[in-house]
Amino acid sequence: MSEKVPGDLRYTKSHEWVRQVQGGASNGAIEIGITDHAQSALGDLVFVEVPEIGRALSAGEACAVVESVKAASDVYSPLAGKVVANNEALAGKPELLNEDPYGAGWLFRLEAGAAANFASLMSASAYETFLAEESK
Amino acid sequence: MAFIPHTPEDIAHMLEVIGVRSIDDLFDEIPADLRADVLDVPPPLSEMEIGRLMTMRAAIDGRPLNFIGAGAYEHHIPAPVWAIATRGEFYSAYTPYQAEASQGTLQLIYEYQSMMCALTGMEVSNASLYDGASALAEACLMAVRSNRHSTSRRILMPRTVNPTYAQVAQAIAGNQDISFVPVDFDRSLGRTLLEALQGFSGQDFTALVVQQPNFFGSLEEVDALNDWAHQNRIMVIAVVNPTSLALLKPPAVWGADGTSGADIVCGEGQALGVPLASGGPYFGFMATRMQFVRQMPGRIVGRTVDVDGRPGFSLTLQAREQHIRRSKATSNICTNQGLMVTAATIYMSLLGPRGLAAVAQASMQRTADLVAALTGIAGVKRAFTAPHFHEAVLLLDRPPAGILAALSRRGILGGLDLSERYPELGHAMLVCATETKLEADIESYAAALADVMSASRAAA
Repeated sequence: MSEKVPGDLRYTKSHEWVRQVQGGASNGAIEIGITDHAQSALGDLVFVEVPEIGRALSAGEACAVVESVKAASDVYSPLAGKVVANNEALAGKPELLNEDPYGAGWLFRLEAGAAANFASLMSASAYETFLAEESK
Repeated sequence: MAFIPHTPEDIAHMLEVIGVRSIDDLFDEIPADLRADVLDVPPPLSEMEIGRLMTMRAAIDGRPLNFIGAGAYEHHIPAPVWAIATRGEFYSAYTPYQAEASQGTLQLIYEYQSMMCALTGMEVSNASLYDGASALAEACLMAVRSNRHSTSRRILMPRTVNPTYAQVAQAIAGNQDISFVPVDFDRSLGRTLLEALQGFSGQDFTALVVQQPNFFGSLEEVDALNDWAHQNRIMVIAVVNPTSLALLKPPAVWGADGTSGADIVCGEGQALGVPLASGGPYFGFMATRMQFVRQMPGRIVGRTVDVDGRPGFSLTLQAREQHIRRSKATSNICTNQGLMVTAATIYMSLLGPRGLAAVAQASMQRTADLVAALTGIAGVKRAFTAPHFHEAVLLLDRPPAGILAALSRRGILGGLDLSERYPELGHAMLVCATETKLEADIESYAAALADVMSASRAAA
């Protein structure tokens, strides 16, 4: 499979990726997006709705929507915590999510305190195994 | 093209592929106690039998001289409206499932949406909903999804909103953890009391419903209501009569500065070419700003171009709808009222803006004449002093029920008795006259009422 699964991120079964930001003003914050597999399964995105800043999310809560020409899906927060940033650029350019799902296509950030259960999420290799099984 | 339903073999094959024993198994998430084992419906009737039954029932309604509005209005429907609407090309009550195969139907809906946007001043209209009451319920649900500043799920529902609409909104949205808070009205003006609203300032509400003209026919101070709501980060849901919009300010420009009017506009479309027909079918309409379009329920038709650059029509923003979003769709209980919308589109095309304004103006004038004629009778007076459109509340010196029954025996529907819904008003009834009521009709109503009032006074 040609889909990218960066080794330094954590993953969920609902195809979100999770990154702990290192350094800078948001050091320790939790950044969340959807995986390369998810964006390629959805196809060309036409609309992305991100959670508003300040909203307190519980783990597994539906908090964002990604809409493509053929489907719309909810995005679930992998961890519990308060939203401290969201990617406003996606409102005008949802295609960023197709072009760069692990970078410019990030969805939202949770406060650093959300990191407590970070290690309990799937590793890259576990997610790759999961994808391989799902495609069987 | 052929629309052939599944054969028993097709069904068996599909069940086998998805590993389910029977179609019933697909519904196993519905609790057993909510399922109907036997539907209590009478046996089928032949075409001849059903024709007779319906003729008999229609005869019960008779052909009364009707002075009741209260949400459904008797307007003249030009003959071409239904002559065209019942042509084979249009005469289907439904948007076809393979919608883009029916470009004519889609274009008609597109024209309808464009006309509703022109009337309301809003940026986008849907293809219609069931009726005015369910359109308001949908608007309340939509406001809860759209208002990011509010978490309360509380909606201000003035008592001047059609009580049936408020009841339907409660039935549909009330079960989704949304609560409605009543707002009182001014007893002498017959419109929402601004001071009552100001008592809620600073509290978290999701939306304020504003009906213009209100249930009593009075004109609300829409600019002040709109601006108060927006200052408190409350969305404004306008419930409007489309005929009145030919004369009144479009909800999109409500407010003192005319730049931030209503957020959602909805209402009953029946007045636009649909007959009273003993209560239905009618159609609801809904329009909003582009900012909120992804939260709007119902189908939306858009204009586009095909691969060769030729113009065409397609359903658009379908990710809101249940065939894509399933239980998270913007609505799972709405549909487009295709045939009624066809009639309304033809009606609006025939009348044009000036024709619709003439209907509105004539209806307003007839109601003014009616009120003048009836209040000339001893024991009848106006309840409210606010300016009104084509309805008004009258107060009698005794309970309206007996008077209305006596009028009904003379073939006159004299008004809607309000004493149960609004006991605080006393012996109140709501009357309406549209352009269909001629001077002679008003005179005969006034004569009959004077007669019935003095007869019942003599009897007492």
